[in-house]
Parts: sequence; structure tokens; C-alpha cells
Amino acid sequence: MKQFFIFVKKECLHILRDPRTLFILIFMPIAQIVLYGFALTTEVKNSRIAIFDQSMDEATIQLTAEISSSKYFNLVKVVHSYEEIEATFKKGTIRMAIVFPRNFRFDLLHSNHAQIQLIADASDPNTANTLANYASSIINDYQEALNNNTELPYTIKTQFRMLYNPELKGAYNFVPGVMALVLMLVCAMMTSIAIVKEKEMGTMEVLLVSPLKPFMIIIAKTIPYLFVSFFNIASILLMSVYVLDVPITGNLGLLLLESILFTITSLSLGILISNSAQTQQVAMFTSMMSLFLPTLLFSGFLFPVENMPLPLQLLSNIVPAKWYYIIVKSVMIKGLGFRYVWKETLILMGMTIVLLTVSIRNFKIRLA
Amino acid sequence: MQSVIVENIIKNYRTKKETVEALKGISFSVDKGEIFGLIGPDGAGKTSIFRILTTLLLADSGAATVDGFDVVKDYKKIRNRVGYMPGRFSLYQDLSVQENLEFFAAIFNTTIRENYNLIKDIYQQIEPFKTRKAGQLSGGMKQKLALSCALIHKPSVLFLDEPTTGVDAVSRKEFWEMLHRLKMEGITILVSTPYMDEASLCDRVALMQKGVIMTINTPAGIISGFKKPIWAMRSSEMYRLMNAVKEDETVESCFPFGQYQHIVFKNPGNDEQRLQEIARKGNFTQVEIQSIRPNIEDCFMALMQQ
Repeated sequence: MKQFFIFVKKECLHILRDPRTLFILIFMPIAQIVLYGFALTTEVKNSRIAIFDQSMDEATIQLTAEISSSKYFNLVKVVHSYEEIEATFKKGTIRMAIVFPRNFRFDLLHSNHAQIQLIADASDPNTANTLANYASSIINDYQEALNNNTELPYTIKTQFRMLYNPELKGAYNFVPGVMALVLMLVCAMMTSIAIVKEKEMGTMEVLLVSPLKPFMIIIAKTIPYLFVSFFNIASILLMSVYVLDVPITGNLGLLLLESILFTITSLSLGILISNSAQTQQVAMFTSMMSLFLPTLLFSGFLFPVENMPLPLQLLSNIVPAKWYYIIVKSVMIKGLGFRYVWKETLILMGMTIVLLTVSIRNFKIRLA
Repeated sequence: MQSVIVENIIKNYRTKKETVEALKGISFSVDKGEIFGLIGPDGAGKTSIFRILTTLLLADSGAATVDGFDVVKDYKKIRNRVGYMPGRFSLYQDLSVQENLEFFAAIFNTTIRENYNLIKDIYQQIEPFKTRKAGQLSGGMKQKLALSCALIHKPSVLFLDEPTTGVDAVSRKEFWEMLHRLKMEGITILVSTPYMDEASLCDRVALMQKGVIMTINTPAGIISGFKKPIWAMRSSEMYRLMNAVKEDETVESCFPFGQYQHIVFKNPGNDEQRLQEIARKGNFTQVEIQSIRPNIEDCFMALMQQ
């Protein structure tokens, strides 16, 4: 046991003596939260629009005011011709233009039929769609207000209710994603690099010719990274609650236990990579390509898995981060209990046991 | 009792393109408490032998035992009792001298205090720098620290792979003095070196070349196996002299050695006159000719030519 503790102590010294890496380990999650929270947001806010109003009557002015006062739009330009609209789009200063034809109010009142044209920059299709939807719903609201006086015979009213995330904040989606990503990076990449470093520096040769048991070497090397991960989990959760206003609706204890489970999954992946990699670069690139990218792509955090072709959907099942992402979303955002995530937990546990067994079995007790 | 027995070990390294024969059937044995030297140039196969004996590599065929334990079957037992110092500096560069030593003592379930007398002579020299990071030590001090770490658990057999390579002359001398003190403690020492002059410091040596042991003997035995007289010759123009000597068909070999050419004739007799003749023909100046005793390197060169 004394062997084990001194090995862990040695491993901690390695980490502490490399302040730059330590700095990255501790501040990477915080930087990611800040980045995703404020810079890389997928929310549509304050989109710049232009208006081409050919009628300038009571109705168009009122509609313009409604649209430009909403938080989604920011009226930056009033244009006077179609050519000008196109020129403004080409400059890239606006994302959408709203065109009112001549006699808008007159048509509306007398022929009960008026038209508005929305021109959106669809080079970013999702944003264009979202903007068009937001604008139409504002226009619909206006129309309803007009109809309030008269009773229409048949009307269907759609009522929306956004569950779990009523304000439609992007943070609700990416906090679980960032947790999966950071734990994967810290645990898998850093442990694989740390183990391969011993091979590269030649110290593994000396460790092997000692009474140390292989699994003891492995476990001792991973323990410090386990602690770094705990620290990261805590910092991400604190940031999300106090900076991004994403509350932890579910059981904190359950969330932490699930995170520890995922940490161990990632650690065993790191050990597995270190078994085959001979240099630190190879370990890093393997971790990047085989862990970081799949986590980003297949966890459902950036791209919904349901929209992918079937083979990719099946592939996503072997990405541990996908299951962890589902668990964190369920527990943290939806506030669900263990009853609702036991299946995912079981899958993660199974993966961990398999990975850990395979990686300790495959640990090379000799060189080459 | 024999500490190390190696029987007909063959080891090949396979890459995609070619197969390199590192060891072509090596056999030798080392007595308990002996300093046994593996002497040979780079690529002779010294490191491969060390790795096979320290259970880090598996031989393709052949058998070997260390302290009576088989290197394949009983590898765990061997790992408990031997000390190994790899050719490359293999300690933690970001840990201090003391931290390194404490770590290696602990993983062998011992303490620095327990075996301090064994490493005292060596460790005292680096003790003033014990808070310094191992990576910032000089070459000689690094090797002394590595030796201390390999010794801290009082191994029965010590494997030192080129411990003096890249170490200054004074440190090399000190290092060998330490090895002789360790021998007094009853520790068997297997040491490899590319420096022929260190061969005479071993009890017995194996001269190796390209995966083959050319001869095994005591240093004196190897030298006495060199039967022909050997001559040292110098002049003001060494390169031209070497070519001139080599042109003579009665000359068996001529190798530059320090400031002299070492020369052996095919059929000895009137050697000095023949050399003077060469010097006169080539109009060499400041010529010096003397009969010398062969050293290990002369023997090595002669064996290589056979």
C-alpha cells in the first residue's frame, strides 16, 4: 500500500511541477463554459434587419415598431428600393429584410388581404428559418389583435409551452455537453499522455523491472486525474449555476455519482489508448480523433443524433459521451430521478467494466 | 554458483521491410560476485541481452536464468531482486534527487535508511544537490543517481547498460571504483561498455560484435591470446604513413590508435627493420618505432578480422 501512495504522490508532483498543463487542466473547462455561454451561442438575438416600407401607413408603422422592439430583431436600416435591399445583403450587414407593398393597410381593410415579404439570408439556413418564424409570429400576433373585435367562425390557436427550458437558453443544452467534453479530454487524453510519457522517457523500463504490479502502476497514474476531474465537475456546475443561470433541478448527489462513473469510463479509455501508443504525440492525436471528435459529433450536444443517417445513429451508441449527455440532461435540466436514467447508467457501467478489463489485460508487461 | 546463465539466445527484430538479427546465438555465464563486461561497439547486441535478462524482452529462442530463475517463467521473481540501469537516463527529470531515490526505495518496499551504507559512497557525492531536479544534474551526477536508484534495494544482480557513456574521464574512474566496492558486497555485476579501456577493469569480459560473442576470457587471458608481436609507429605525417604501411603486403593489420599506428605483420620476424624500410622509402620524418604489449582493443581488432 505504501508503494501505491508514494506512486500517487509522485504522479501529483509531476502535475504540480508542470504549471502550464495544470493551468490548462483547471481553466479549460471554465474557458469552455464562457466561450459556449457567451461567444459560440446558437441563440438568435438582435439580428440586424432592414425594412422597405412602400406604404408608410398606420399598420406598417405599427408592425415595424413591434418587430424592431422585439429582442430578436434590431432595425438597422430603412431602405427605399429592392436594389438597395440586395446591396445591403451583399454587404452582409443584415440578416433579413421586411418588405411592405404599397397600400398595405388599404388592402388589408378593404380586400381583407394584404401581403408582407420576408427576405432572409439563407446562407445560414437554420438562422434564416428561425428569423422568418419569429417575424411571422409577431405578424400573426398583430393580426390576431386586429381580429379581436370581430368573431371569426373557425380559428385554431396554437399554444406553445417550452418545457424544462422556458427561456430557450442555449446553455441548457451545452452545459451537459461541455461536461462530457471536458471530462473526456482531461481523463482520457491526460492519462494516456501521462502513461505514454513514462514509455517515452524510458522510466517505464525501470518501473517494469520492479516489484510493482502493472495494474497498480495504471491505477496510481489515474488517481490524480480523477481528482482534477472532480475539480472540473465542481467548477463547471458552479459556473453554470452562478454565471449562466442554469439551475441543477435534479438530485446533485446523483449527478455527481453519474459524473464519477463517466470519469472512470474516460480514464479506462485513456489507459486503452496508452497501451498502443508509443509517443505522447500519437497518444494525443489518437485521443483527439477517437474521443474528442466523436464526443462532439455523436453525443447529441451540437447535432441532434435523430437527424443522422441510421448507420451513424447506430455508431453513436458506442460513444460513452452520448449516454452521459443524456443522463446529465435528464438529471440536471429535467430534474428526473434515477428511475429515468438507470438504463443509460447501466450501459455506461457495462462499457466501463469492459474497457477497464481489456485495458488492464492488454497492459504490456514487457517492452515491445 | 552461477548468477546468470545464457544459453544460445537468438533475437531478431522484425520491421516491415527487413529482419535484423540482433543476437545470433549467444551463450555465457556469470559467476556470483563477478564483474562481467560486455564489450562491443554500438549495435553489437549489448542492450538486447540486458533487456532479455531483465525480462523486458522475450528471446526468439534459447534460455536464460538469473539467480536460478527463468527469465520467461519466473519474470516476477527476477523483477523483485535485480537492479537495472538502462542505457538512457531513465529517472524522473522533474523530481529532485532525493525524491527520485525515495520513490525507487519505496517501490522496492525499502527505505533509503535501510540500505544507506550500500549507496553511501556514491550518494554522498550527489547529496549536496539533493534538492536539485534530476534533469538539471551533470552527466556524471545523473549516472551516480541512477546507480543509487538501481542499488537502493540491495539487488543480488546489477545490470548496468553503458553506465559510463557520455561521462567525463574522472567520473568514469570514480564509477568503476564504486563497482569494485559493490563487488565486495557480493553483488554480481553485468556491465556493458563501448570503451575498450574499461575492459581491463572487469573480472571477465565478452567481446561482442554484430550479435556474436567473439571471445570470453579474463582481460589478461584475452591479451595473452594475442600471439604476434605488435608495433607502435608514428611520424609527422600519420595519414600518409598509414597508407604506406597498408600498401606493404607483409603487413597484416594497421590501425590508428591515439598518436600511433598499431601494426602487426603476417609473418613476424625482422619487424623493426621492415618498418624502418617503409619509413625510409616514404621519406617520413620524426619517425618513432617501438615494440608494445597489445591492449584489449588490439585484440578486438584482430578478432574482428578473423
